[in-house]
Amino acid sequence: MRTLRFLLQKEFRQIFRDPGILRLIFVMPVMQLMVLPWAADYEIKNIKLAVIDHDHSSYSRNLVSKVTASGYFILTDYTGSYAGAMERIEHDKADIILEIPASFERQLVKENESKLFLAVNAINGVKAGLGSAYLRSIIQDYNREVRTEWIQFPRFSPETSIEITSSNWFNPLMEYKAFMVPGMLVLLLTMVGANLTAINIVKEKEIGTIEQINVTPVRKVHFILGKLLPFWVLGLLVFTVGFVIARYFYGIVPVGSLFTIYAFAGIYLFAVLGLGLLISTYANTQQQAMLISFFLMMIFVLMSGLYTSIDSMPDWAKAITRANPVTYFIRVIRMVVLKGSGLGDIRGELLTVGGFALVLNGWAVLNYHKRS
Amino acid sequence: MSDKVIIAEKLTKRFGDFTAVDAISFEVNRGEIFGFLGANGAGKTTAMRMLSGLSMPTSGKATVAGFDVYRENEKIKRNIGYMSQKFSLYEDLTVRENIRFYAGIYGKSSSFIREKTGIVLKELHLSGEADKLVKSLPLGWKQKLAFSVAIFHEPRLVFLDEPTGGVDPVTRREFWNLIYEAAASGITVFVTTHYMDEAEYCNRVSIMVDGRIDALDTPGGLKKTFNAVSMDEVFLKLARKAVRTAD
Repeated sequence: MRTLRFLLQKEFRQIFRDPGILRLIFVMPVMQLMVLPWAADYEIKNIKLAVIDHDHSSYSRNLVSKVTASGYFILTDYTGSYAGAMERIEHDKADIILEIPASFERQLVKENESKLFLAVNAINGVKAGLGSAYLRSIIQDYNREVRTEWIQFPRFSPETSIEITSSNWFNPLMEYKAFMVPGMLVLLLTMVGANLTAINIVKEKEIGTIEQINVTPVRKVHFILGKLLPFWVLGLLVFTVGFVIARYFYGIVPVGSLFTIYAFAGIYLFAVLGLGLLISTYANTQQQAMLISFFLMMIFVLMSGLYTSIDSMPDWAKAITRANPVTYFIRVIRMVVLKGSGLGDIRGELLTVGGFALVLNGWAVLNYHKRS
Repeated sequence: MSDKVIIAEKLTKRFGDFTAVDAISFEVNRGEIFGFLGANGAGKTTAMRMLSGLSMPTSGKATVAGFDVYRENEKIKRNIGYMSQKFSLYEDLTVRENIRFYAGIYGKSSSFIREKTGIVLKELHLSGEADKLVKSLPLGWKQKLAFSVAIFHEPRLVFLDEPTGGVDPVTRREFWNLIYEAAASGITVFVTTHYMDEAEYCNRVSIMVDGRIDALDTPGGLKKTFNAVSMDEVFLKLARKAVRTAD
């Protein structure tokens, strides 16, 4: 126990003497949390629309003004030729072409039916899909308005319609940031935990002090705890800084208890630190450690359900997300922050992440040799 | 326990096909300064790492401070000090903090550490620098400090791997004074060096060539055997036979 105290004292001294680490602890979370959530917004806005109006009637003008009034579209072009509009798409000046045929109003009035044509730039699939869906629903809406205008007594209308009212639970305004910021917080914790630990131990390998430690009677477990505990404290500190930003910058107040979040974060950190430790037992230089953790971090981020829904992934990809500790914490933090889940609700995730902590640290301890 | 601090019998280390240390046998007596010479790549460091419990021998037998290197390597560690080729104090800790840390992990009591720190600092003329970061010290001072840290916990035996590499002649002389003092206080010194004048300071010297010990005697005895006027000449005569290229 006394040995551990000496190890911890040395480690904390080194950490707080290194201005780089302190900057990393405070600048990184602030930057990440203040900038990224604004960029990582899924809502599709500012869709560039080119309209080819062959009709120039009051109906066509009404339709166009209804579309632009929705706020999702920016009318970038209003021309008379399809070739002209297509050229706009080729130069990425337009995302969607809406073509209104010459006989639009006449057909609508006489035949009770008319046609419109949409051409979508589908390079960005999400934008194309959502954009054309928005446009369709606006046109349908317009269609209904026209119909109610013509049929004076809708009660006797032969057309039946189902109106849908929906309510959004847990995130009523579908506020994107309430969903993203807690997830970002998890990533932050993961990066700080895994990277700092790995780099720190490998640095001792590089400068040769680890050999000096290995030639002392210090027990492996003490040495490893001496490395893990300071970064555990540091990780929770970064996490707290992040929570303060989420609270005062984005107004995100967890519905559930902070205790639940910190209890999970504490166990999660041991898993992440174990990963850093494991990397350090394989890497011999700081570059190697950085590259390995960078590679893992990419997978962790993209396969965690932070940006994309896990439910829509193929089965093999779902299997990978289950082997990713980040997945569990992102799920848990969203449950607790948005829904107010308690310890009982996250028991499964807690046990799984605890399992990760045991396996990763156990593996690292087995792989750390005082003697080669 | 016997007067032999190190007993090695056919101690061997292979890395794949390469035999770094080839069945070396020797004994080191208590309180002596044992010079362990050899060209670069002759296997000195590997042999030293096996004896200090950092490297697992491939075959052969050895006991250090009465403990077996295979089974009792952690017990060996309590009884030895080690100063590696690489500088191994923490540059971002102060002189005092380094001493305190290493003494602490050897399990020394706080009062022991406090008292002895004062004595050691005075000996090294570092009392004024006690609270400066180690990285701000000149190399020669760092080496002397590293040596003092390596024997701070009063081990039976200390391994020194090229402790005076890159150090000026005056500081080298001071360093050897420290070694003599340690030996006088009963600590056995096992030292590798490339300086032949330092070899003359040793009680006994062994010379390694290509992983084997080719000669082992007092400096005087070696000069007689090889019909040489200096240790330099002895070393050159032996080292020229080496087939292995230096790394």
